Amino acid sequence: MSALATAPAIVPLAAAALVTVVRSRPALQQAVAVVGILVLLACALALLAQVLTGETLVVAFGGWPAPMAIEFVVDRTAAALVVITALMGAAAIVFLASDADVGNGHPLLLPLLFGVLAGAGGAFVTGDLFNLYVWFEVMLICALGLLAIGGRVDQLDASFKYLALNLLGTLLLLFAVAAVYGVTGHLNFAALAAAAPAVAPGLWLAVLTLLTLAFLVKAGAFPVYAWLPASYHTLPAPVLALVAGLLTKVGIYAVLRTLGDVFSPAPGVLHELLGWVAAATMLFGVLGAAYHWDMRRILAFHIISQVGYILLGIALASAAGYAATLFYTLHHIIVKANLFLIAAIIWRLTGSYDLRRIGGLYVARPWMTLLLLIPALSLVGIPPLSGFWAKLLLLEEAIGQGRVVWTVVALVVSVLTLYSMMKIWMEAFWKRHPDPDWQPPVNTRLGPAWAATVGLAGVTVWISLYPQALLVYAQAAAATLGGR
Amino acid sequence: MIWAVAAAVWITLASGVYLCLSRDVFRVALGLAVVGAGVNLALLASGRLGAGLPAVVPKGEQLLVGASNPLPQALVLTAIVIGFALVCFSLALVLGLIRDAGTDDALELRAAEPVPGDEVKPPQTDPAHAPDWPPEGRP
Amino acid sequence: MTSRIVILAVVARPLYLVILLASVWVLLRGHDEPGGGFIGGLMAVSATILWAVAHGTAAARARLPLGDALWPAVIGLLLAALSGVPGLLGGGAYLTHLWWTLALGPAELKLSTVLLFDIGVYLAVWGALAGYALALLAVDERDQPGGAP
Repeated sequence: MSALATAPAIVPLAAAALVTVVRSRPALQQAVAVVGILVLLACALALLAQVLTGETLVVAFGGWPAPMAIEFVVDRTAAALVVITALMGAAAIVFLASDADVGNGHPLLLPLLFGVLAGAGGAFVTGDLFNLYVWFEVMLICALGLLAIGGRVDQLDASFKYLALNLLGTLLLLFAVAAVYGVTGHLNFAALAAAAPAVAPGLWLAVLTLLTLAFLVKAGAFPVYAWLPASYHTLPAPVLALVAGLLTKVGIYAVLRTLGDVFSPAPGVLHELLGWVAAATMLFGVLGAAYHWDMRRILAFHIISQVGYILLGIALASAAGYAATLFYTLHHIIVKANLFLIAAIIWRLTGSYDLRRIGGLYVARPWMTLLLLIPALSLVGIPPLSGFWAKLLLLEEAIGQGRVVWTVVALVVSVLTLYSMMKIWMEAFWKRHPDPDWQPPVNTRLGPAWAATVGLAGVTVWISLYPQALLVYAQAAAATLGGR
Repeated sequence: MIWAVAAAVWITLASGVYLCLSRDVFRVALGLAVVGAGVNLALLASGRLGAGLPAVVPKGEQLLVGASNPLPQALVLTAIVIGFALVCFSLALVLGLIRDAGTDDALELRAAEPVPGDEVKPPQTDPAHAPDWPPEGRP
Repeated sequence: MTSRIVILAVVARPLYLVILLASVWVLLRGHDEPGGGFIGGLMAVSATILWAVAHGTAAARARLPLGDALWPAVIGLLLAALSGVPGLLGGGAYLTHLWWTLALGPAELKLSTVLLFDIGVYLAVWGALAGYALALLAVDERDQPGGAP
């Protein structure tokens, strides 16, 4: 049964190879992709069922003894993130069947998409620091491929910027891994947790700072987020939704796993610094979003802003903070991906991502308003939507610890988030279309797009109306962190 | 020995970072490769230096004496392979970029950016705030 | 094909075979001596690059297994992934490797799932890197006046 723990990495890798084999036949490729993602989803749910019994799945490759073996460890935190990964993959693949900004149908798009899923899945379940680096690289190469296969100049430009900054990030990570191995002689998480207390505190702080900085580049935190708004908006919509939802969260997960679990208790000064970084990330992200008129750029800056909230939970360095982080991450991945997908539908109906050139959707598609408002208001944190519960958990803990400044920043940023979301609503829906002759196009193929977005909105509504289930799960997951 | 390796790591890293800071995108790609080489050297040094024997127990022996630590060597091999793939990719990317964008100056690569003057950000009409982009008087 | 070097074009044919044979030898030698799939794959890539320099990238691509760079890469990936399955079916963890020794008269043949894994790595490296190299060389060909568009 423990072999199931390899599924989050092996299933998408096998699917990537298979969709490459059938790449010359688009319909067959689509079918194979659907089967692949369903298998991944089934495996993820089976893993979830397994960890719900309180069991942690461990598989050591090649049957080597610990701590020599490369291990995959699936605990509650990892299992929940693997399920959400599979869910995002499913939404993206369903959306690809529509005609809303899905790119040029390049035959390598699906293989690379599965590559990103494999990288994320592997990073979530691995129990080995060097292996984590490898999965980050898998994600990086596949995300770069997805950026570059469009072939437009802006995509090449974006992929160059993405490459330069992210490659420096992974090299920093590799350097940090070398430093960790140099001072402890271990790479396995369990062995590292045991070896860490013996290291001299000053040296250990330097090593951990290096490691955290490398993960923060990947998470898109202040001040190392410049790669994110420079590149994301050139991706086709379903890929963008997947990448935007998942990739930065893998960085956050790595911070949580290292500071909150493996190297817990980490030096207090690191958590303190992380808190200020989180506050700055929230603020600068939302200010960037307020400046822009392109929906994709607005949403890309909101990723950064929301990353700040999630990092704040880690900075609080308590079980309640980690539970809030996990809850927030799960809620945010769904909401953010959904917003990008809805923006693509708006693009298909009105013809532009630029808010100044569009409008009139409320008259043309009144029900779509509801579809936008569910994720948009959830992102802001309006009760009773899922974002409200996430922020409530987070700020309750922040106030409980007397972190007034961080709390105030978080609340102010929420208001500014509301401003951005209202900008999208006012401009795209409420005002008249600038072109008086505009009519929504009739021969669209939006069925799959509606299915994907309504499905994700349904998950958001479920979390909103019944947060207890996820909350209990997140608290149980946080309680096991740091208990090595 | 370790000090020599440390100096080599820092010299390599510094040269790589220097190349990365160039405005020439091709140099940036090369700089990233050089930084990668420096990091790989650091990774190799994270085991211990000195012993050069392969970590294979000779036939008929039971103990392994004086062998080097094989794990960092395995790690550095993996890192080299990954770095190699990324260098390949970045060179192909940079070639395509230079060809399609018609420039190798990072400051002129603005296709994915909102600049004053493009359709997302219309230029300000007040000449006092007129955009200075691309900056004039560059070589 | 504009200015191909004649001597290179003639020598390339035997050299191509020699390099490929040597790469297979390195691959098999990796069983219990230095060598293995990765190094062997790199040598195979060098053979492909030689052919591309001598006869053009299209001809080199056609000489790859199944006529394209992606095929060996994908098959190699699948082969490497599958090599872990027998160990799994045998009750061990994924990627637990199994060894067999076949006695063939005086000689003995060593077989293992590691060899399967290595062949997978060999093909994946050959396919992936040859794909990169050919794409890069094709950029150069387009620059030549008589080259492919």
